[in-house]
Amino acid sequence: MTMHTLSVLVENKPGVLARVSGLFSRRGFNIDSLAVGETENPDVSRITIVVNAESSPLEQVTKQLNKLVNVLKIVELDPQVSVARELLLVKVRADRNSRGQVLETVNLFRARVIDVAPDTLTIEATGTPDKLDAMLRDLEPFGIKEMVQSGTVAIGRGSRSITAGPALRAA
Amino acid sequence: MTRPTPETLANSARRARTVTEPSGDADHTSAPRSGAVPAAQAVRQPASAQVSGAGSLVRSLEALDVDVVFGIPGGAILPAYDPLYDSTVRHILVRHEQGAGHAATGYAQATGRVGVCIATSGPGATNLVTPIADAYMDSVPIVAITGQVARPSIGTDAFQEADIQGITLPITKHNFLVQTPEEIPRVLAEAFHLASTGRPGPVLVDIPKDVLQASTTFSWPPTLDLPGYRPTLHPHGKQIREAARLMAAARRPVLYVGGGVLKAGATEGLRRLAELTNIPVVTTLMALGAFPDSHRQHLGMPGMHGTVAAVYGLQKADLIVALGARFDDRVTGQLDSFAPDATVVHADIDPAEIGKNRHADVPIVGDARHVIDELVTAVTTEQKAGQRADLADWWTQLDDLRERYPLGYEEPSDGTLSPQYVIKRLGEIAGPDAIYVAGVGQHQMWASQFISYEKPGTWLNSGGLGTMGYAVPAAMGAKVGRPDAVVWAVDGDGCFQMTNQELATCALENIPVKIAVINNGNLGMVRQWQTLFYGERYSNTELGTHKHRIPDFLKLAEALGCVGLRCENADDVDKTIEAAMAINDAPVVVDFVVGKDAMVWPMVAAGTSNDEIMFARGVRPAFDEDEV
Repeated sequence: MTMHTLSVLVENKPGVLARVSGLFSRRGFNIDSLAVGETENPDVSRITIVVNAESSPLEQVTKQLNKLVNVLKIVELDPQVSVARELLLVKVRADRNSRGQVLETVNLFRARVIDVAPDTLTIEATGTPDKLDAMLRDLEPFGIKEMVQSGTVAIGRGSRSITAGPALRAA
Repeated sequence: MTRPTPETLANSARRARTVTEPSGDADHTSAPRSGAVPAAQAVRQPASAQVSGAGSLVRSLEALDVDVVFGIPGGAILPAYDPLYDSTVRHILVRHEQGAGHAATGYAQATGRVGVCIATSGPGATNLVTPIADAYMDSVPIVAITGQVARPSIGTDAFQEADIQGITLPITKHNFLVQTPEEIPRVLAEAFHLASTGRPGPVLVDIPKDVLQASTTFSWPPTLDLPGYRPTLHPHGKQIREAARLMAAARRPVLYVGGGVLKAGATEGLRRLAELTNIPVVTTLMALGAFPDSHRQHLGMPGMHGTVAAVYGLQKADLIVALGARFDDRVTGQLDSFAPDATVVHADIDPAEIGKNRHADVPIVGDARHVIDELVTAVTTEQKAGQRADLADWWTQLDDLRERYPLGYEEPSDGTLSPQYVIKRLGEIAGPDAIYVAGVGQHQMWASQFISYEKPGTWLNSGGLGTMGYAVPAAMGAKVGRPDAVVWAVDGDGCFQMTNQELATCALENIPVKIAVINNGNLGMVRQWQTLFYGERYSNTELGTHKHRIPDFLKLAEALGCVGLRCENADDVDKTIEAAMAINDAPVVVDFVVGKDAMVWPMVAAGTSNDEIMFARGVRPAFDEDEV
């Protein structure tokens, strides 16, 4: 099993996410991460799905996704030629004694402190899933009180755009 | 014997005119597949008019050339029934929404046009779920229109509220929840376009009551907005040439024909292709009638209850050319051991079918009619270049199997009436122009085996979903769509008890279908499995229709306004069928009381390899491995 990142361009209409996620769950795929947002064209949304699957069943799901009337285009992003990022917000225990060490970790990972309380710091970090995992490992000894993570968003490298195409312009 | 009253007959006759009214039927059957916007057919409509949402709905149906809809009114859909009262669209009031759905399916399968059913919100809509799932599995173009509670009530658990859009997500090709009255014409046009083009399928349109009541402007034709929907109709030339090259080089090829060939109207082309190449043909349960049963090259139906020659043909093939078929588990048996030596050319309009179950060496995406026509051209080119397969040895083997293992049955030893004999005689007497509509179970398999299908559109059944109760309402829909054809439902006593209330609809609406109830007093196919795999422990399969004669199908038929006939022995079979054939002013139910121990053979037990096919109980065909 390997990780696959699918970029799915869909019509920005109610219920589309349910159609897409329904296809995955019906075929027993666990979605690792999911992120949805508008694109440069407000009529088109982009769903980024990270899924851990064998290639051949994934191909079947991709074909089924393509059959959904609201799905405009599906591209599997090759990790070698694409950039993927996640956003992490984490509330770490940090009292007078440990605060300096926590801030050191924040700087090391080029993260930012976005909220301060007497006994905690809330940190914002973006990066690849690997980088965020590494930062969390470093912060864990201080005590993680709460954390929230976005799904992966990903985009291909270079000047080519997957949103350029006759169908998408028509949308 | 109860007949409909003169009033109801007169009423039905008046309505019957509207059924046959649209003259452009022949054009229409082919039009939806071409991808043409249905709007083109509606020039007689005024450009725009002030109407209610309900009025807009009915005007849209008229503009889409809908001649008949099947449905039941109720609270949320009620506004639509008011303009329907004055419409040219004939509404047939069914007795259960499931009947409306299957009737729409039967209509669509018999005519090639889109079938339409209407139901109210909540239970009305959920009663459509089974026929929608059925149409989805068998790729039948139907449009289901449901009422929904008013927009402000959606999500409040309002009276008769059900999220039918959510419920039908996985069983529709697409579905809509209409948000504003303005979008009604466009959504209807899109629904019909989606249902009838590409791989056909059911489309549901859910319309809130306040949207139906609101005032709006009806304008036609609407502009379709389906940017993500682009079915591929024309196959790739390189793949076609590769397929033709393989067909010319193969030694043991088989054309594996599925329902897609019928839906594409490609049966003429199929015959040309088959005769040009001399390749044997098998037609699946969904494709019966796509290639004449009587044709020398037809090996029969493959699969669990297929002929020995068809099953063996696929199993030993070195080349399988699948046309509009989907390698269903009932055809392949245990997938790992299916046709181990075969190179597979798989042509289908749905790319997701290709390689889904069996790897395709040559994938071809396209409409079966285009695929077959282009294959004919490509094969002709190969042949002109001197490339032609020598199939003499292959035919010798297959002919030998056909001779040794023909479809047949044994007369029951207990002197009871043989169900196979009844069905065989029915097919012989009603002939190849009649439409046969089967339920699901043993009678369905016998009807597929012992009736000879020579023409497309003469065999309707629930293949994929296996919906018991399909036959009576589907036969009703078929008869409405093709009033001049003789329509025989071949039903079981179990199936018949699920949906026979639609015979009341048939009696009142002047839809004279004929129902042959193959009454063996049991859920016969389940009983057969209990006989073979559960040590003859007949748990809950005895229905009491023999032992207690409950219900008495004769009395039931008469209570429903039909003519009831009964036949209990072989000597009476012909005259009973002939008596039923002579009645054309009322539905007829014939209770054929048959033996309960007859079994469907040949059989490939579920989950086993096609190599394990049994010709009869305890009889495995002798395949000489040296032959291959």
